[in-house]
Amino acid sequence: MKLLVCIKQVPDLESRFKPDATGTWFSETDLAFRMNEYDEYAVEQAVRLREQLGDSCELTVLSIGPDRVVEAIKKALAMGCDNAAHIQDNAASSKDPWQIAATIAAYAKDKGFDIIFTGMQSQDRGSAQVGVTVAELLGIACTTTIVGFACDSGTITAKRELEGGIKGVVKLKTPALVTCQLGLNVPRYPTLPNIMKAKKKEIIAIPVGDLLKEEALAITASFHPPAKKGGGIVLEGDVADLVEKVIAILKDKTAVLR
Amino acid sequence: MKTLLIGEYREGKLLESTYELLSFAAQLNADTAMLLVGSESQLPAYAGTLYLADIATCGEYNPDLHKKLILDAVQKENPDCIVFLHSSYGWDLAPRVAAALKAAQISEVIANLDGGFEVGCCNAKMRRTVKSTTARTVITIQAGAFPVLQPGGSPAVQKLTADSSGNLEFIGYEPAEKKDVDLAKAEVIVTAGRGIGKKDNVPVIQALARALGGELGASRPVVDAGWVEHSHQVGTTGQTVSPKLYIACGVSGAIQHLAGMKKSDFIIAINKDKDAPIGEVADVLVVADVMQFVPALTAKVAK
Ligand SMILES: Cc1cc2nc3c(=O)[nH]c(=O)nc-3n(C[C@H](O)[C@H](O)[C@H](O)COP(=O)(O)OP(=O)(O)OC[C@H]3O[C@@H](n4cnc5c(N)ncnc54)[C@H](O)[C@@H]3O)c2cc1C
Ligand SMILES: Nc1ncnc2c1ncn2[C@@H]1O[C@H](COP(=O)(O)O)[C@@H](O)[C@H]1O
Repeated sequence: MKLLVCIKQVPDLESRFKPDATGTWFSETDLAFRMNEYDEYAVEQAVRLREQLGDSCELTVLSIGPDRVVEAIKKALAMGCDNAAHIQDNAASSKDPWQIAATIAAYAKDKGFDIIFTGMQSQDRGSAQVGVTVAELLGIACTTTIVGFACDSGTITAKRELEGGIKGVVKLKTPALVTCQLGLNVPRYPTLPNIMKAKKKEIIAIPVGDLLKEEALAITASFHPPAKKGGGIVLEGDVADLVEKVIAILKDKTAVLR
Repeated sequence: MKTLLIGEYREGKLLESTYELLSFAAQLNADTAMLLVGSESQLPAYAGTLYLADIATCGEYNPDLHKKLILDAVQKENPDCIVFLHSSYGWDLAPRVAAALKAAQISEVIANLDGGFEVGCCNAKMRRTVKSTTARTVITIQAGAFPVLQPGGSPAVQKLTADSSGNLEFIGYEPAEKKDVDLAKAEVIVTAGRGIGKKDNVPVIQALARALGGELGASRPVVDAGWVEHSHQVGTTGQTVSPKLYIACGVSGAIQHLAGMKKSDFIIAINKDKDAPIGEVADVLVVADVMQFVPALTAKVAK
């Protein structure tokens, strides 16, 4: 079996975001980057299947972006992927989901992947489009937001998470693509020996221009903070003072303390 | 401007969220038609064209078939926008329709502005305005961003059918996990978010909940990591609550969490990040380290 997992590198979301010079995305100055949280679940599930199937199976990790994304690729290799494709694109952040999906589909087209794993959404852009669009472009089966996955001789049984915690059980025949939701599994931390082993694994670099032939369908006109609403108060300062203030508010505004 | 709205049906019922689509279309001042895979016994209260496909033959989850039905209605209506809810049904189906039409898709729209559609990004901390460059645009709207609008009346029904060989089989639903706590009854909920740092800190949050006579709530990552049981999860995939007092400890305020608690009477958030989006719904945002502030508050409350 041939498996592919697609990962995106995203900024740490506890950072402060400021518009860049174009005003259409954030400035990368002072930001730390890591693997998109949803994609960690995708990598873990792919690695588990790879381990279940043994050496007859090959697992490739792919990421589109500038050189910094190699860090996220290395983490996926240390988690257990066999090899990697880095699709080099310094302007990846200005591509729309259609272009990202078209690039992945162009890469995957003739490679005969049986199962493709993606995250359900990226944390910075959050379009929840790329995975499904890749499947449509490749003409393969697809289901989204999975919190359960099993694969047995070419049939995938997946559990989709629906609103209110209900689940929908779905069967798909490979080749297929699944988009992974939080809580699907418990992603492993790479161990030191596996980090060392990963250094020897192959990362193929492909210029994005070799794969992407599509124009953007949607364009970002601006990137900005939300218009502040909500008249809540913000309390800052010394912990003891803050506690006094909050106690006073609880007594004054709620019936919880008297 | 003409919109085709895609309604939703689940476990035999028309979902009320369908009416959020009508309110979005009304804001655009658009002509509307609706498509629903549902049943004649439960039609939306709306006096426009309704393309209706039978749920018994088309199924509740059969994306390939539902895509074909939508493409058929698009042919007949020639809409500028095809609008879904950003829900487990909508985010699964919308990209399939967009790809078939090679139309731009704009996901999780929260407002329509002059220059385009506004969407959230960076975990709800920031916003983008996005424009389509294609003749048709596929849109998903954020759940709850547009109020429910029930225009009343009854639709002019046009039946649709389609065939699909289908490369996917829907087996059935599995109910949500059983609850051992009913958070909906609690008057006070103190919620542990990922910002508490580790499982060992859960008792610190639990202690404040006890001191206030309330229950422990949890955000999703805290549940996924196994720190707290799922029955305590607040949000779209957990419980919806509206206690007298909600205290969010180290919770960023993602939309799926807010959807489950924003109707609480009084909200206090403790977060080290002054810009955390939880600030948008909090009556009081305490900018502090949760592990320093919470034990100090508990000690005072207990006195
Ligand atoms: C389809 C779908 C359904 C979902 N359903 C739910 C749901 O039902 N419920 C839910 O909660 N989520 C749900 N989520 C996940 C949601 O999008 C967020 O990922 C989640 O709510 C984030 O949880 P959090 O705020 O605890 O963690 P984070 O977003 O990681 O935030 C942690 C916060 O803690 C603060 N912090 C860190 N350290 C400290 C400290 N020492 N002191 C004070 N503050 C600190 C940080 O500033 C940050 O704001 C869903 C997601 C999807 C896609
Ligand atoms: N630049 C990228 N490189 C590789 N995979 C990506 C990239 N962007 C998005 N993806 C994949 O597509 C999923 C959904 O992303 P999005 O449509 O942006 O929400 C992510 O979880 C990734 O698995």
